[in-house]
Amino acid sequence: MLNEKNVFGSPLPRIDGPLKVTGTAPYAAEYHDPGMLFGHAFYATVASGRIASIDTSKAEAYPGVVKVYTHKNRPALASSDDAWKDEVALPGHPFRPLENDRILYDGQPIALVIAETFEAARDAADLIRVDYAADAPHTDIEVEQAKSYVPPEPRKEDFLPTDPRGDAEAAYDAAPFKIDAEYVQEGEHHNPMELFGTSVIRSEDGTLTVYDKTQGSQNSHDLVCGVFGLKPEQVRVVNAYVGGAFGSGLRPKHQLIFAVMASLDLKRSVRVEMSRREMFYLTWRPATVQRMQVAADADGRLMSVRHHAVQATSLYEDYQENVVNWSGLTYKCDNVRLSYELAKTTMSTPGDMRAPGAATGFLALESAIDELAYEVGMDPLELRGKNFVTYDQNDDLQLTSKALDLCYREGAERFGWDKRSHEPGSMRDGQDLVGWGVATGVWEATLSPAEAKVRLFPDGKITVSAAASDIGTGTYTILAQIAAQNLGQTIDRVSVLIGDSSLPKTAVEGGSWTAASSGSAVQAGCLEIKKTLLSLAQKMDNSPLKGAAVEDLAIRDNRLVLDRNDQLGLAIADILGSNEMSSVEGHGKVEPDQEQAKKYISYTHSAVFVEVRIDAELGVPRVTRVVSAIAAGKIINPKTARSQILGGVVMGLGMALHEEGMIDHRTGRIMNHNLAEYHVPAHADIHDIDVIFVEEEDDKASPIGVKGLGEIGIVGVGAAVANAIFHATGTRHRHFPITIDKIMEGLPGQ
Amino acid sequence: MRPFSYTRAETLGDAMAALAANPTARLLAGGTNLIDLMKYDVERPAAIVDINRLPLKEIEELPDGSIRIGALVSNATVAHHPAVTERYPLLCSAILAGASPQLRNAATTGGNLLQRTRCYYFYDPSTPCNKREPGSGCGAIGGVNRIHAILGASEHCIATHPSDMCVALAALAAIVEVEGPDGRRDIPFSDFHRLPDDHPERDNTMRHGEIITAVRLEGNHFAGHHSYLKLRDRLSYAFALVSVAAALDVKNGMIVDMRIALGGVAHKPWRDSLAEAEFAGQPATEETFAALADRLLAGAEGQGDNDFKIPMARKAIVRALKQAAAGTPQVQSDKQIR
Ligand SMILES: Cc1cc2nc3c(=O)[nH]c(=O)nc-3n(C[C@H](O)[C@H](O)[C@H](O)COP(=O)(O)OP(=O)(O)OC[C@H]3O[C@@H](n4cnc5c(N)ncnc54)[C@H](O)[C@@H]3O)c2cc1C
Ligand code: SF4
Repeated sequence: MLNEKNVFGSPLPRIDGPLKVTGTAPYAAEYHDPGMLFGHAFYATVASGRIASIDTSKAEAYPGVVKVYTHKNRPALASSDDAWKDEVALPGHPFRPLENDRILYDGQPIALVIAETFEAARDAADLIRVDYAADAPHTDIEVEQAKSYVPPEPRKEDFLPTDPRGDAEAAYDAAPFKIDAEYVQEGEHHNPMELFGTSVIRSEDGTLTVYDKTQGSQNSHDLVCGVFGLKPEQVRVVNAYVGGAFGSGLRPKHQLIFAVMASLDLKRSVRVEMSRREMFYLTWRPATVQRMQVAADADGRLMSVRHHAVQATSLYEDYQENVVNWSGLTYKCDNVRLSYELAKTTMSTPGDMRAPGAATGFLALESAIDELAYEVGMDPLELRGKNFVTYDQNDDLQLTSKALDLCYREGAERFGWDKRSHEPGSMRDGQDLVGWGVATGVWEATLSPAEAKVRLFPDGKITVSAAASDIGTGTYTILAQIAAQNLGQTIDRVSVLIGDSSLPKTAVEGGSWTAASSGSAVQAGCLEIKKTLLSLAQKMDNSPLKGAAVEDLAIRDNRLVLDRNDQLGLAIADILGSNEMSSVEGHGKVEPDQEQAKKYISYTHSAVFVEVRIDAELGVPRVTRVVSAIAAGKIINPKTARSQILGGVVMGLGMALHEEGMIDHRTGRIMNHNLAEYHVPAHADIHDIDVIFVEEEDDKASPIGVKGLGEIGIVGVGAAVANAIFHATGTRHRHFPITIDKIMEGLPGQ
Repeated sequence: MRPFSYTRAETLGDAMAALAANPTARLLAGGTNLIDLMKYDVERPAAIVDINRLPLKEIEELPDGSIRIGALVSNATVAHHPAVTERYPLLCSAILAGASPQLRNAATTGGNLLQRTRCYYFYDPSTPCNKREPGSGCGAIGGVNRIHAILGASEHCIATHPSDMCVALAALAAIVEVEGPDGRRDIPFSDFHRLPDDHPERDNTMRHGEIITAVRLEGNHFAGHHSYLKLRDRLSYAFALVSVAAALDVKNGMIVDMRIALGGVAHKPWRDSLAEAEFAGQPATEETFAALADRLLAGAEGQGDNDFKIPMARKAIVRALKQAAAGTPQVQSDKQIR
């Protein structure tokens, strides 16, 4: 391995940072074209029913308006569901904007105004009048769960609840200590900073360059080709910079369809951008009800785990998450039964939101485990340690690595857990009730198929290209680091080209797999370069590298040398020059190892420790300290890695305390559809967050030893906060978010 | 958003003439509320009259010891002005409890008084709302009403006035100076905002064509014992669920004089001067404060989601008065409850 440049593992600032802070990194809705048209959607104001009539005449007559599209006059679009299924589509019928007169959810786009200016489009949209034949809405998960069902078609085989093992019911009945509790979580709505937007730039020959806010340029590309019957070469999709996505951009959104539809129809460049309000009708983390039945013996050993979850989905698709399987693999337990159902609601289809499934499942599991520890009368961290398991009991597979024990140990030490007193309410400090809580987190570490091209020039410059996306996670930077590391250069020599559907194939950016997958593809590309250079060098006269193997090589000072004796080697310029080449390219490709998958499975792990201080009379909560200890294999860049965990923790605090779509269940409409009333944590809500990456060697999770960090940071945070609030106040909160009124009502002496 | 005409007034006379010329004309001050509402298609003025050039940007210290704050002085300027900090720290504290630094820099004194409710339904023109569209009904009654009123509501509207600054101004018994076609007048703060009764579309007692020119504060004895306590859904940058502006004049442990106003609970900053008078002369103790809280909240009624505001207000009143009595006012910078 080449390691002397020390690029790998350095906390390098992100290479796209200067562009971002100076406002020069262009986002999807910032690409201009003279003569561009602008679109603004008009959305339904009932949650269910039909459009009885829609009057667009005033909007059409509005100065500057070019055309108003509704289900009545839209151009023909693909008619088969298949054409509408994107790379990560769900079982069911994908949403097609302006398909017909049916209203499936509050905020559904039912008209599109295209005008010469954004303002004209927006203002004209206010003039559209609709009569609805409305049906009764169904939006309250606590009511709709009565009609829950097992999804007939699983989203993924892995998401199916694993088969029961042992006899969970009998073991529960026989156990001395048990918990049977229900946890309810309100829906959360994706609100990354960048709004969804698409700019379609039409060139004279009719081909389209589509700047789209997405987590996968090739996913958007293929969907557009399918829906509009275009040839692949007629469309190029670019998502060079993405202003946060967190899963919201995994599936292409209707503004993409709208912008392309209008551009093709009107033969002009078109931009359609959403408003903040429209963000509330897109992808959301579904409202969920979970029932946990867990039992332990007097030593705190788990005797039985039953976990049943019911999640909201839409009328038209069966969105599903892996909510319950975590409960069968986090701790050792021989009697397990897991079940998962959906309930139809008149809401838009939910979607993946940072650690989908795990963030929700661990909210219930880790709350229940804490409750159980208090039943048994045992320190909650000790009980977790007691049930440590070293393999995956669900699938009977070995783990590629699991340094969760180190997370517990190092996290507890940093936090000072040994100074905790067990009794709730026993750590009062003046006016503050102090509570300490802990939770475990697990997330899957996966590799998805990825390709990358790497090109090395004689002067040591490198270009890396792949269709990967950087959704703010630092992909640009780590790909540069990996290339620099492998080709013996400093990071400033590397240019990274990503976010373009015409580049080498990459899956959508999600599931925390980009670093491992694209990173490994880049490494594979670098290896190919070295192999090519070596074979070229060996053909040269008097080559000092005759007989050398590629493993023995390093690149130093632009020379291909023997690692153990770098006097022996050749300048890259000479190798290329003598072969009349101006550069050398390597094409790297990775795929999950199917053979390995029969024996091994890979997860990232975390232990999160939280301190809350709660005003003893008023119930005002402050999360004053968080320690998040993470085991995620090799850390390529501690700085971008830490940022991912910080972001995950902050989002977890929002999930625990703030975020909630408030629905008027009489009408099925979301009422707090703006960022003044939909609360995420403000700066004042965030105090010390300490991130620890524990040592974890893993040579199987991915070729570069990386496991991915995008989601693990949020997992467990909600439960750790709830557990800390219990420790402070003695009241268990099982309805999330735990807002100030709930805490106040649960204070001692109320 | 609807098209509108824009004019910039150079004098008060210009502004009044422009208002008189168009019944839907609106003045533009900081714009932090008006422009939002126009974008949401809630406010639909045909004419915008920009008053930012009017000479209403001074804070004057008057010979009789009072202070006059021009209507266009920014919230931030008021909060950091030495004379205000010294004599009306309660006002500074209330301002700093609200919004964000960016908003406080843009928001003006007059605009703050006239900001409109944050009721979700008011903000969404596709729902019924008597305040936005008289006679259309009230969406919030029986709906999502976490942030709504527990005092002084009517069957037509249960909205609250969202301002923090106004709660302190109510407690300090400010005077609002307005000027209109019929000349100048002074409006005592308690008469400025109104309860919804059967006209929720009217937030206050100003007449069309009138302009706020200043807010006047008289001398007081409260600078030593005051507190502004705000409870909300996150520690900063959220409107009050309940807030309390408390001001005491205490001697030898006895209340000589007191003021208390509540925010987030009614269609106007809630103040009951009869109750204040009754409690003068009583010991400044927790028992007294609890009795006062009960008295203030005697008629309180929840709407469902906001039932919690009644116990919350009771506790907040007691705590704010305790903070005031102890001379340890709530600090707004670190948001830590004292
Ligand atoms: C996200 C957000 C959070 C906020 N949080 C808080 C908070 O926590 N606490 C809080 O108190 N406030 C909060 N605010 C509200 C803020 O304080 C008000 O928007 C601001 O005070 C309004 O002042 P302005 O000068 O911008 O008014 P504008 O928007 O310019 O005007 C508001 C209204 O007053 C009228 N007007 C303005 N000046 C005059 C005048 N001199 N005479 C007659 N009419 C006039 C205008 O015509 C308009 O109808 C928040 C606002 C936002 C957007
Ligand atoms: S409470 Fe008032 S502002 Fe809100 S919907 Fe009812 S009438 Fe409108």
